[in-house]
Amino acid sequence: MRLNHRTLSAAVFGVMLLLVAAGCKKKAPAPPPPPPPPPVKTEEPPPPKPQAVRIDNFTADPTSIERGQSSTLRWSVANATDISIDQNLGTVPANGTRQVFPSNTTTYTLTARGPGGMATRSATVTVSAPAPPPPPPPKAPVVTGAELLGREAQDAYFDYDKSDIRDDARQALTRDADLLKRIFQQDPAFNVVIEGHCDERGSAEYNLGLGDRRATSAKDFLVQLGVPADRIRTISYGKERPVCTEATEDCYQRNRRAHLAPAQ
Amino acid sequence: MKSKISLALLVILLVWTGAVLLLGQANITGVIQNSDKPAIAVPDFRGAGDAQKVMNTFNTTLWNELDSSGILKMVAKTVYPLQVPQQPADFKPPTVTTPVTRNAQPQTISNGPWLTDWSGPPVNANDLAFGYAAAQDGRLVLFGWLYNLSQPTPQAAQLIGKTYTGPLDNAGAVQVAREFAADILQQFGAQSLAGSKIFFVSDRTGNKEIWSMDYDGSNQKQLTHYNSISSMPAVSPDGKLFAFTTYPVSVRNGHKFEGNPQIVIMSTETGRKLTFYNPVSSNVETAEFSPDGQHLFFASAFDGIAQICESNLQGGDFQRISHNQAIEVSPKINPKTGREMLFISGRSGREQLWLSNVDGSGAEMLTDGSQYVANPAWSPNAQFVAYAATGGYEPGNYNIFIMDIAKRVPIQLTHGNGRNENPTWGPDGVHIAFSIKRGSSTQIYTMLADGTHIQQLTTQGNNIQPVWAKGIN
Repeated sequence: MRLNHRTLSAAVFGVMLLLVAAGCKKKAPAPPPPPPPPPVKTEEPPPPKPQAVRIDNFTADPTSIERGQSSTLRWSVANATDISIDQNLGTVPANGTRQVFPSNTTTYTLTARGPGGMATRSATVTVSAPAPPPPPPPKAPVVTGAELLGREAQDAYFDYDKSDIRDDARQALTRDADLLKRIFQQDPAFNVVIEGHCDERGSAEYNLGLGDRRATSAKDFLVQLGVPADRIRTISYGKERPVCTEATEDCYQRNRRAHLAPAQ
Repeated sequence: MKSKISLALLVILLVWTGAVLLLGQANITGVIQNSDKPAIAVPDFRGAGDAQKVMNTFNTTLWNELDSSGILKMVAKTVYPLQVPQQPADFKPPTVTTPVTRNAQPQTISNGPWLTDWSGPPVNANDLAFGYAAAQDGRLVLFGWLYNLSQPTPQAAQLIGKTYTGPLDNAGAVQVAREFAADILQQFGAQSLAGSKIFFVSDRTGNKEIWSMDYDGSNQKQLTHYNSISSMPAVSPDGKLFAFTTYPVSVRNGHKFEGNPQIVIMSTETGRKLTFYNPVSSNVETAEFSPDGQHLFFASAFDGIAQICESNLQGGDFQRISHNQAIEVSPKINPKTGREMLFISGRSGREQLWLSNVDGSGAEMLTDGSQYVANPAWSPNAQFVAYAATGGYEPGNYNIFIMDIAKRVPIQLTHGNGRNENPTWGPDGVHIAFSIKRGSSTQIYTMLADGTHIQQLTTQGNNIQPVWAKGIN
């Protein structure tokens, strides 16, 4: 193989030598040619002049808006090949409209280019300050535990000379238990005091004991529903803090109650 | 024949029933015994000169003071003789004529007022109070005498012969009448109320505070300034201390908070608060001093429900006395023996009056369970208890009753006409102070222990829970 390769290279070289020798033989020295005649200067007609780019109109309607409103740009351009409007509106056709929503006073510049040159025209949309904004929607107030309790807690009512939890009191206290859990979660520092109250008919001494029982019954019930006992205090007011003073069963009933209040 | 037997049986039955009813009546024994009381005649005194203007006041006051003592039978003025003595010299023994014939009776001829005019019918008085008043050096001077009409002569009859002076006005007339009445009552063994004090609760400042006043309602004085709810006073036997229930107030973050009801002991004289450690409890109330003044009885809910407890005056040596699943309050210790205790308990249902030993043993219910009962109070001699009960009335419409504790028969002293509560005995054992609520106003009154002679002591604000104490001694 190696022999073959070397033989081929030698053959190619030889052919190339022959070719060079033949070429040299053909290019015999000759007289230099006359200089070419000077080019004939003929007045060629000038190419037809391209027509000038023309912006027939570029308007904004209306020219004044309030912030948030829109204006319509309207334009008409002749003899242009490349038409664009700044403010990121980009390339536009020769005739057209575009709705714009500037947030501040803005000048739009239309640039038209063509074989006949370039033209620009501007249109300004004045954005007036909007009407003073309406007052912000009332801030959702931070409801304290005390406020929430005052608004939503329900009193538990009792029968005369009794401290048993009646059905209606059971319902009220069940809702109170949910409320307290919510408040306790929201406000880790909040504690509640359950006040036991009586109507005016029993003796002051006995009623102090009875109010104490009512507060304790209500507390026990709440604790059974999962309200933490260490965040509930009880106090008896007996008949010292009536909500009404009429000598009627309706008023007596309103006073025979366990009432939830914020503790210190 | 048959109908005759039936008739006879019916008669026997009726007689028997009547006898039982009569005997039953006779068994009801009150404090005021009308039958045994000495009868006294008190004719109107007259005044010389300017003194006459105040004699209406004097005569009314003297009569009321003697009458309201409850220990005298006042003989009505309508049966008095026409000739009224004004001084001892006015008494003239009657002339007794010697009969001229054997069969004739001796004749008695009156020469002026005489003892027998008053001791005999129709007056039938045992005693006679008489005298007169005069204006002397711009002062009212009263000359007063008390005669025992069973004696034969004015000299022997005289129990009191005394001069009293005061300002020459109605207040002076009241003053000398009271002094004279006090001297008369002392002759009949009456305990004087002079110097005794009634402690009570008034809301006239806007808050319930403890006050005191004299037994007649004068000299009203504020003792506490807690601006909270202070109530249920009790007074030590020597009068030097008083205890009450109050809600301690604390202020945090601008808010006023009330702690649980607690007992406070204070000096009557200085208003200084003594150290008393309350049991840890949502409710400590109705303090009561033991008769020896060394212990305090009270109700505490330290175990979940108000029960009777006892401690020393610092709160030490604490012990629970009652053990019931019922509200028990208002312990009151026998002032004579110190061994029995009255209290209010709901252990039978409605709150009732109970009696037990001071250790809680041997408890008996004194009332019949048909009504609500409250506010027990021992009489000074410990024979009677006064209390409030709703017998025959709606719940809350209390009336005052007394009961001879040995006999267990209640006697009703007030009858409707408002809400009558918190009886407390005067040191004389015949007066009771209590409160009456009429409409929205509650005031303190006194009455005799038979329900008569009701007198109003307070007018400003509402005034409740009187406790009558002997005064400091």
